[in-house]
Formats: sequence, C-alpha cells, structure tokens
Amino acid sequence: MASREQAPRPSIDELSSGPGRILVAVYGVFAVAATGRSLVQLGVDAEKAPLAYSLSLLAAVVYLAATTCLLLGGRRAWSAAVAACSVEAVGVLVVGTLSYLATDLFPDKTVWSHFGQGYGFLPLLLPFAGLAWLRHTSPSRLG
Amino acid sequence: MNVWVLGLVLALTAAAAVWTVVMIVRDQSPPSDPYFALLGVLALVLLGQVVGGLVALGATERDVDGITFVAYLFTALLVLPVGAGLALVERTRWGTGVLLVALITVAACEARLQSIWTAGG
Repeated sequence: MASREQAPRPSIDELSSGPGRILVAVYGVFAVAATGRSLVQLGVDAEKAPLAYSLSLLAAVVYLAATTCLLLGGRRAWSAAVAACSVEAVGVLVVGTLSYLATDLFPDKTVWSHFGQGYGFLPLLLPFAGLAWLRHTSPSRLG
Repeated sequence: MNVWVLGLVLALTAAAAVWTVVMIVRDQSPPSDPYFALLGVLALVLLGQVVGGLVALGATERDVDGITFVAYLFTALLVLPVGAGLALVERTRWGTGVLLVALITVAACEARLQSIWTAGG
C-alpha cells in the first residue's frame, strides 16, 4: 500500500482518471438510462404522471451534467459537479421518501422512486460516491 | 425472446465478470488479449441478440413495449465497446473496474429485456 500513498494526489483537471473512471462509467450509464426513460415516458404518455416524468427528466439532466463535468475537469467543472451531485442527493432522498409516503403523487416510477430500488439502489449511493470523490480532488486540498 | 440467447449472454457475462474481478484483485491492467477475445464473443452474441430481438419484435403478437425493448437491446450491445475503450485508456485497476461496471450493465439490460418481454404477454 506504500506505493498508493506516494501516488500523486489526483488533480482537479483529472476528475475522470483513476477512481473517477468508475464514476464516469456509472454516471454515463445512468445518464443514458434516465434520458431514455424520460424521453420514452414524455413521448408516449406525458399526461399519465407529469410530476414523475418531469422528475425523470430532471434526473437525466443532472446525470448528464455530472458526467460532462467529470469528463471536462477543472475548477468550474468541479464546482458544477458538486452542485449536480448535491441536487442528485437531495433529489433521491426527497423523491425516495415521497414515493413511500405520498404514493398518489407517483402513479408511475422515476429513477429516484423508492430510493432507486429499480436500479439496485445505485441512485442512492451514486451522489455520495460522487461527492466523496470531489472532496478528494478538492481545489482547497490541492493548495 | 430467445431463452437460449439470453442464457448464453448471461453465462458469458458472468464468466467475463469473474475474470474481471480476478484481474482487479491481481492488479493486472490492461486486460489480456484472451480476455478481449471473450468480450468479442460476447459482443457478437449481443449483436445476434439485437437482430434476433428485432425480428422477434416484428413477428410477435404480444403487446411488448417496443421502444424500451429496442433501447435495452442496443444499450446492452454498445456498453461493452465503451467500457473496453475506457479500460484501455485508463491502464490501472480502475480502468479494469469500468469493465465490471459495463458487464453488470449488460446483465441488468438482459434482466430488463426479459421482464419487458414477459410483461407484454
């Protein structure tokens, strides 16, 4: 493990390298999944569950933003990625809770329903993994 | 949905996933040529599944959610080359980890394909 400690601290310009690659891959998959889901839902039957479908679209935008920011790297992308992950964390917690408490609000599912149950609860895990990685690459810590 | 193709995809995916975990544990990167050969075979089977799936969708009497079904067919096919590309760019354990993500995605797509097809019955 000594070699790992001596490894250079990941630079803010390399948000998508090292462990970041995993994040980019997972975020990329979720960007595709959420975008696909929201487009199909809004295209086929938008009237059925407008709130759920709008949230699906919001989730899609957030995942796309996070994927892009990680790929871009740099200070501004880092800040934007923190914002995206925070929105995501709040989104999955609020929607997850509401989908249990106020079932009538969600006649159809979103990516974030039941804390992302339909997606192996990864949507619940992902924002926190993202924030941990961003904290690790934080500009203030790089000095 | 051809059950045999589904089974073959899942078996190959599972084999590749186990191999990937072994590589990650041994910190072996980039993945070896035989490994990529296995991924190639899996990709060919997935391509066959796309063709077979489209034909089956066109011929079936069942009320299958066509758009979603086709989307999953293509996602399963395309996620592997992207994962392999990332694994070759990032020649560390993490790059190999991306392949595991890709393989899990394939397995998830297969599960969804099966449930979408069954739900249409």
